[in-house]
Amino acid sequence: MDRSRLVWLLFVALLLVLVVNPLARLFWVSFQDPDSGALTAANYLTAFGRWRYFEALVNSLIVGLAVGALCVLFGVPMAWAVSRTDMPGKGLVWAAILGTFIVPNYLGAVAWILLAGPNAGWLNRVWMALTGAAAGPFNVYSMAGLVLVIAIYSYPYVFVFTRGALDLISSEMDDAATTLGAGVVRRTLRITLPLTLPAVLAAFIVAFLEAIALFGVPALIALPGRFQVMTTMLWQFFEFPPKVEVAAAYAMPLLAITVALFWLQRRIIARKGYVALTGKGGERRLIRLGRWRWPMLAWCLFVTSLSFFMPMVVVLQAAFAKAWGRGFSLDNLTLRNVSFVLFDQRATQTAAWHTFVYGGAAALIALAVALAIAYVAHRRLVPFSSGLTYVAMAPFVIPGIVLAIGFYAAYTRPPLVLYGTAWILILAFATRFLPIAYANSDAAIRAINPELEDAVRILGGSRALALRRVVTPLLQRGLAGAFILVFIPATRELSSAIFLYTTGTQVLSVLLFDKSDEGNFEILASIGLVLVIVTVALVMIGFRLVGRDFMLRRSSESAAA
Amino acid sequence: MSKLVLREVTCRFGAFTAVDRATLALTRGEFVSLLGPSGCGKTTTLRMIAGFLDPSEGTIELDGRTISAPGRSLPPEKRGMSMIFQSYAIWPNMTVAQNVGFGLEVRRLPGAQIRDKVDRILDVVRMRHLRDRYPAELSGGQQQRVALARAIVVQPDVLLLDEPLSNLDANLREEMRYEIRRLHDEFQITTVYVTHDQAEAMVTSDRIAVMNAGRIEQVDEPRALYARPRTRFVAGFIGRTNFLDAEVRGDDIAFDGFAIPRARFAEGTALAGRVTFSLRPQSVHLHRQPPPASERAALLPGRVVQRAYLGEHWDYAVRPKDGALLLRVTARPHEVFEVDESVWLELDARQMAPIAD
Repeated sequence: MDRSRLVWLLFVALLLVLVVNPLARLFWVSFQDPDSGALTAANYLTAFGRWRYFEALVNSLIVGLAVGALCVLFGVPMAWAVSRTDMPGKGLVWAAILGTFIVPNYLGAVAWILLAGPNAGWLNRVWMALTGAAAGPFNVYSMAGLVLVIAIYSYPYVFVFTRGALDLISSEMDDAATTLGAGVVRRTLRITLPLTLPAVLAAFIVAFLEAIALFGVPALIALPGRFQVMTTMLWQFFEFPPKVEVAAAYAMPLLAITVALFWLQRRIIARKGYVALTGKGGERRLIRLGRWRWPMLAWCLFVTSLSFFMPMVVVLQAAFAKAWGRGFSLDNLTLRNVSFVLFDQRATQTAAWHTFVYGGAAALIALAVALAIAYVAHRRLVPFSSGLTYVAMAPFVIPGIVLAIGFYAAYTRPPLVLYGTAWILILAFATRFLPIAYANSDAAIRAINPELEDAVRILGGSRALALRRVVTPLLQRGLAGAFILVFIPATRELSSAIFLYTTGTQVLSVLLFDKSDEGNFEILASIGLVLVIVTVALVMIGFRLVGRDFMLRRSSESAAA
Repeated sequence: MSKLVLREVTCRFGAFTAVDRATLALTRGEFVSLLGPSGCGKTTTLRMIAGFLDPSEGTIELDGRTISAPGRSLPPEKRGMSMIFQSYAIWPNMTVAQNVGFGLEVRRLPGAQIRDKVDRILDVVRMRHLRDRYPAELSGGQQQRVALARAIVVQPDVLLLDEPLSNLDANLREEMRYEIRRLHDEFQITTVYVTHDQAEAMVTSDRIAVMNAGRIEQVDEPRALYARPRTRFVAGFIGRTNFLDAEVRGDDIAFDGFAIPRARFAEGTALAGRVTFSLRPQSVHLHRQPPPASERAALLPGRVVQRAYLGEHWDYAVRPKDGALLLRVTARPHEVFEVDESVWLELDARQMAPIAD
């Protein structure tokens, strides 16, 4: 027998620790009496026994649907304009959307508190100055505010999906309609958009799921606004003393919705009825917008202002202001906040250190496991290899917060106690972003012809030698990109970290969230800025290694995989 | 003694039998091709010889030692063979010299000796001036030469080639056929060569094993294979042919519309009952006037039904006057006949090969 089998089996075991065990324990704990350990349905009764708890579930669904709709409204026209028309300023729009992708959504929430907080928010102040009114109309601490903030950080998905579909539709389809006498409007409404409908629907579902799984934004906006969604409710079940079993039971509908919708999304994408999505691109010509070029650009700039330009301006201002409310004057400028975050305060220093060490470790582990599993699956080195693919991709459908509860349930008690150590955070991050690592590893392994390894072996080299001398060097380039794609979300992950950190293991995202209680927005903005700058640096490296579209496309590819 | 022996080797994937009791023996230094259409099991057979696949039944022996048997096969790296792959499998992360030297490195030869051997073999394949290039900078034919050099430099016990020329363009393919044969003549390595191209097999091989649906149908030297195909498949796969059904009637062999005395057939042709013969188009000759009667030939009148000029030869379809036969005939460019013209067909009975279905 091949001795290397032991190594592969070790990685398979690791996959079980990362994915299968937490999920199994989550399920098991939800039916368990916390004291006696006996089987019971009581946890479900507690979890859904009160109207307040049930209302949070309904709120989540409303938020999800509204966010999905708003994302389509934002993203589809922009995708059409960038892909099919001669609208000016496409580069700017593209850059702003990439920027939106880079801003952590909880930082966006902080920015929108600065923009649309009742009374003190910038938009309200501008309104009052313009109209002379005593109070501004905007209040971010509301259902509408929550929906808007989540939507502006989710529409890039819709944009990427729709644009991908539009890019594949050949102009010949348009031409066929033109020869039959159809004008631009009719062609767009009757041909182009229906052909992109599956992609738009799939993107709607992704936005919906993102919205109901999100923790940071609701915690910053809904809690002060005195309403609850599922994720904030889950958090409250975890307040001391943590009621893991109730949280587990409460998480089940969230998990069920997510799994079902992802299944639906896959079905929609896989439908072969829409030839345009599977066929070759063919020739494409841009539609001339004429007078409508400027209104179209205005819409794109409006949306990106909401999502990127305005938030970045107020975050920058707050980060470098003595007091953000004193406005944009020179004498309000200071570097104190940033230097405080980076150099003065031990808590932020250690948190920053943890963020990068944990993120790096998580990315390495995720990548190692993903590569090993992808290799095993492609070369069929162990029985049931193809099933491993599903296990590795499974965390994609698990909301971060649910995964965190699973990890808590699995690793706070013997035989394996990880709670209280950095490992539980590292492993949870690794699991959470394992699908990104897997989608990339799978593509990388697929690109290596097995004959390259066969050639090593027939010349007398072992499989280990083939891996070392041929496979590893060939993988390197692609894997640097994959590492960054896992590292970036791992450095800003909040929803699983918030459940699993302890006093010694804070990371920046958790720190930022904790500090939001104090209302010290200058420090919050500075922490956020540090995260953004690091991300931008990483994205730049990614561009160098993999090419311009890498982040938008590759993250959404793993969403589609 | 045989160098490499396949004994009743069978390979199944689930319910599908890819190779069915293949038996083959190669003598030392022999070049044998596995020839057949895609899906006939030839590559599977090769991969079992290499050790990448385990046989489901049967054994493979090298120098009298069993190297493959169900569940206990020697791994590929322990077989001392080398192989040239359809994709060439040149490692893109190594230079030409590093690729070629790899096998020697694995065999722990000293560096100076490796350099020496690599340079010598690169001379043989005329690639020395490109020794420090990376594969991405090479043409298909050059990559092919690197693959050859890499496989030969380790002086393998057995050399395996898996459709090595199928990715090259037609001219280069023809050149490389002779190159492969030249290298074989120089190094005398026992070789198994997989191809679906009969011309390739005929140029390179000492013997050809024709495979069909997992079975080896016939193993013979190229000339014998062409002249005396033993099965309908082999006759049809190697070159073009006419199939003639006949019945043995006393001293005559009766065809549709004519008969030929048994004595005119090649010696050793055992005949009884119903027989099918394969008759190559170039073994039939066309004449305007009946030629002088010959010992061996049969003459019958006929009419040209169809013709095509292919440059190197004419392709005629001729219908004998009696019976429903339609014969394909190849004629030299100056032998011009019109459609509907009456002709005399001269069939050479010695060239008729009886085949089994």
